[in-house]
Amino acid sequence: MEVIKIIGTDDTPSVTLDAQNEIFEISGRSLPEDVAAFYEPILDWLDRYAEEPNNKTVFNFKLVYFNTASSKLILDILLKLEEMHEDDKEILIRWHFPEDDEDMEEAGEEYADIVEVPFEQVSYSLD
Amino acid sequence: MDDKVDIKDFLEFVYSFYKTMKDHEVTLVYEGEVTHQITKAFTSLTETNMEADEEGPSTQKKVFHVMVECLQNISKHAETVDVNDLKKDGRGIFMLSKNVDSYNITTGNVLNKSKVDQIRGMLEKINSLDKDGLKMLYKQQIKEGRLSNKGGAGLGFIDIAKKTGNKLFYNFLSINDEYSFFVFTSKISRNN
Repeated sequence: MEVIKIIGTDDTPSVTLDAQNEIFEISGRSLPEDVAAFYEPILDWLDRYAEEPNNKTVFNFKLVYFNTASSKLILDILLKLEEMHEDDKEILIRWHFPEDDEDMEEAGEEYADIVEVPFEQVSYSLD
Repeated sequence: MDDKVDIKDFLEFVYSFYKTMKDHEVTLVYEGEVTHQITKAFTSLTETNMEADEEGPSTQKKVFHVMVECLQNISKHAETVDVNDLKKDGRGIFMLSKNVDSYNITTGNVLNKSKVDQIRGMLEKINSLDKDGLKMLYKQQIKEGRLSNKGGAGLGFIDIAKKTGNKLFYNFLSINDEYSFFVFTSKISRNN
């Protein structure tokens, strides 16, 4: 499968989707001007990946900020991973948040409540 | 404005405008179209100022969040027509003020009266909920809501109330039979 590698900017996140090397990560800030257009290729990639996924998929979210428009698209990504999980694929979401960022931790908790998929919260230090 | 009296009036207006801004502790005010570039410029300027003021990281994040959502509300929902009846959407006024206790973020924009009841209903509902109620509403809306063609998720006000922990202040002022002016203020307590 082709690799998606997007370098982040001050308003769009870094994205790496690399099935062969087992890297699935979205990190940084997400408030794209056109949120649907930004996330469309990512969601399309996941649809294709879901046809023949790896035995295990660990998807890392390491966002420091996302706006509410992005939050809807992040849920769409999680729902695709949930579908794979329902198809008996091994899926793990790792939600990374800065240790002092309660809002980002809470955002992870809320997603974990919404989707039925193994979900791990990971705090990290910014230093 | 080539008349001397007009110029004098104008210069006096500038001074009174300056004083009014000082009285209300307004640090940033803008009227016009809210584009993505404007949103980026204002948030980045405010971040720099808060850094310089050594504002706590939590307050900084909340101010950033609320600014983005408020500016996007204008760019996505404001609607108005100019004197020639030409549509001019996505315009409004944006204000940031700061005092010892809080940052206040205010927007004002024109909208069609047909939208007033729905927005008022949403804001009243948000203000009636506690923290857990807001979380429930957020989860419900993110699951059931659809992204509008303008990229809005219907989550902005809920998110602002959740993040600030404060009630939302708003008013709808009638302009004419067709339009109202919607004023919205949210408060971010400092050092929370």
